[in-house]
Amino acid sequence: MGRYVVRRLLQMIPVFIGTTFLIFVMVYAVGDPVNAMFGERAPDPATAEQLREEFNLDKPIWQQYVLYMGNIFTGDFGNAFNGQPVTELMATAFPITIRLAALAIVFEILVGITLGVLTGLRRGRPIDSGVLMLTLVVISVPTFVTGSLAQYLLGVKWGWISPAVSPAAPLRELLLPGLVLALVSLAYVTRLTRTSIAENARADYVRTAVAKGLSRRRVTVRHLLRNSLIPVVTFLGTDVGNLMAGALVTERIFNIHGVGFQLWQGIVRQNSPTVVGFVTVLVIVFLLANLLVDLLYAVLDPRIRYA
Amino acid sequence: MTGTPAIEGPGGAMEELAEEGGGGLKGAPPSGRGRPARGRSMWSDAWHELRRNPVFVVAGLIIAFLVLISLWPGLIATRDPLSCRLGRSLDPSSAGHWFGFDTQGCDVYTRVVYGARTSVTVGVCATAGVAVLGSLLGGLAGFFGGVWDALLSRLTDIFFGIPIVLGGLVFLSMTGSRSVWTVVTFIVLLGWPQVARIARGSVITVKQNDYVQAARALGAGNARMMVRHILPNAVAPVIVTATIALGTYISLEATLSYLGVGLQPPTISWGADISAASQGMQFRNAPHILLYPAAALSVTVLAFIMLGDAVRDALDPKLR
Repeated sequence: MGRYVVRRLLQMIPVFIGTTFLIFVMVYAVGDPVNAMFGERAPDPATAEQLREEFNLDKPIWQQYVLYMGNIFTGDFGNAFNGQPVTELMATAFPITIRLAALAIVFEILVGITLGVLTGLRRGRPIDSGVLMLTLVVISVPTFVTGSLAQYLLGVKWGWISPAVSPAAPLRELLLPGLVLALVSLAYVTRLTRTSIAENARADYVRTAVAKGLSRRRVTVRHLLRNSLIPVVTFLGTDVGNLMAGALVTERIFNIHGVGFQLWQGIVRQNSPTVVGFVTVLVIVFLLANLLVDLLYAVLDPRIRYA
Repeated sequence: MTGTPAIEGPGGAMEELAEEGGGGLKGAPPSGRGRPARGRSMWSDAWHELRRNPVFVVAGLIIAFLVLISLWPGLIATRDPLSCRLGRSLDPSSAGHWFGFDTQGCDVYTRVVYGARTSVTVGVCATAGVAVLGSLLGGLAGFFGGVWDALLSRLTDIFFGIPIVLGGLVFLSMTGSRSVWTVVTFIVLLGWPQVARIARGSVITVKQNDYVQAARALGAGNARMMVRHILPNAVAPVIVTATIALGTYISLEATLSYLGVGLQPPTISWGADISAASQGMQFRNAPHILLYPAAALSVTVLAFIMLGDAVRDALDPKLR
């Protein structure tokens, strides 16, 4: 197990370098951050020169990248162009987005897996077809449409909730945004669980468990569910990245000051250190989530052993 | 090998079957044109399955209608979507203007109709690009294996590390003016690894089959093996992935436009219209400017996802 983890971590390195370099090139090669700082006016050449030197923008791109990565690993994400350390922005933004994404994952697991088990065991019945159709509809309506509609109906028309989230973003106010963020993935979780359960329900070990005289509940939860969860866990792992990206949209709708908000500010102002910093952290989160998924396999399926 | 047959081949097969009515083909002897009977029966099976599936029929009708109004929006909308009068800003629906007016005083109905063209164009072109590029790279990597395969696998890993909306926000915001083709190019650039992975796996599975080994033993060259033996048998998963992706790409374009990094005026996009409606919650007093484009977008995406679902059920024998 230990060796496997080390090997996986080593494998992550080239992927990490490739992904961050790609982002780095996108941000630094396409836009000119120094010009962007001055808006419409042309900057004074000497000042621009000085700024370029200060932010290492006068060096070739790969050298900038190496310098930047070197700094990151000492915990220095640089300063936004207004002088505020990027880490400071992260410290306020990430807890909010993590709360939002965690809430979404809880919704996915609780609602998605429950619905999946219920429909998977009743394949072909009306409830199955109904839920299946519903998941199709949910998948088809883009998150920003669901979010805007929910905001209009619940927040404006019926006034059940406040349509915007306050800057502190307490958990209570994040419930609706969390559900909106979760919806599409929730539908996928339902479908995956349903297919997996329906497939395994006919397996020999289930018949054996029933023949042994185990209760229906125990067969479903301990035997069937455990074996059916592997594709679902894979999905949830890769979904962490999607949730972080989906938070961009949800945070925009409900005015939540999380990662999406900061990233958006960084992009609008072409504040490259902010953008690259946040995206780098998101990529790390995504890669670690995938590693975690691989390790969870062994827990769920005892046949999988990592040498 | 070019990537074109990967998407045209099966479509052509299906049309051909449709013309022949799809009946009694299973035992048909190989025709002189050289399409082998076994290749035919799989598609004929799938076509039979599809025609009996109500989901496919409904989705097909909606999509046919969408394609029709994308080509000739004038059929059901007689006004000019860009002629707007600020005096009628946010007016509710009235006779002749069923969906009312938006903030700029444009007729919402006309804009909703014209928006179909953008969505369908982006969806179809992006999917075609992704399918061609993905199946070409993935297929070749799977076929030749070795260094290229390892390289491609790492490359897809790298692209998978970037969530597509995040990449769009970063990349598209840096480009000054964006047309439909900018967005399509972006989707193809970030979307191809998904298809490449599927195509690679599919080709590797097919490559190990006895008939491929037999063809090799009989002295078939690489090109012949790929086009005649591997392509027809490995293409189904790619089609399924691509069909489902079509719906998600339409949704993606709308999301990017909503975030302000997608299409820009004067291109009419449902996503951009919904974004405009959400600015400062203008839909508070005029919900119609939000609801109609949102409904059109959702129905369109739903139709394509339903189509993908039906095609998967028809082509995946495991689910029968």
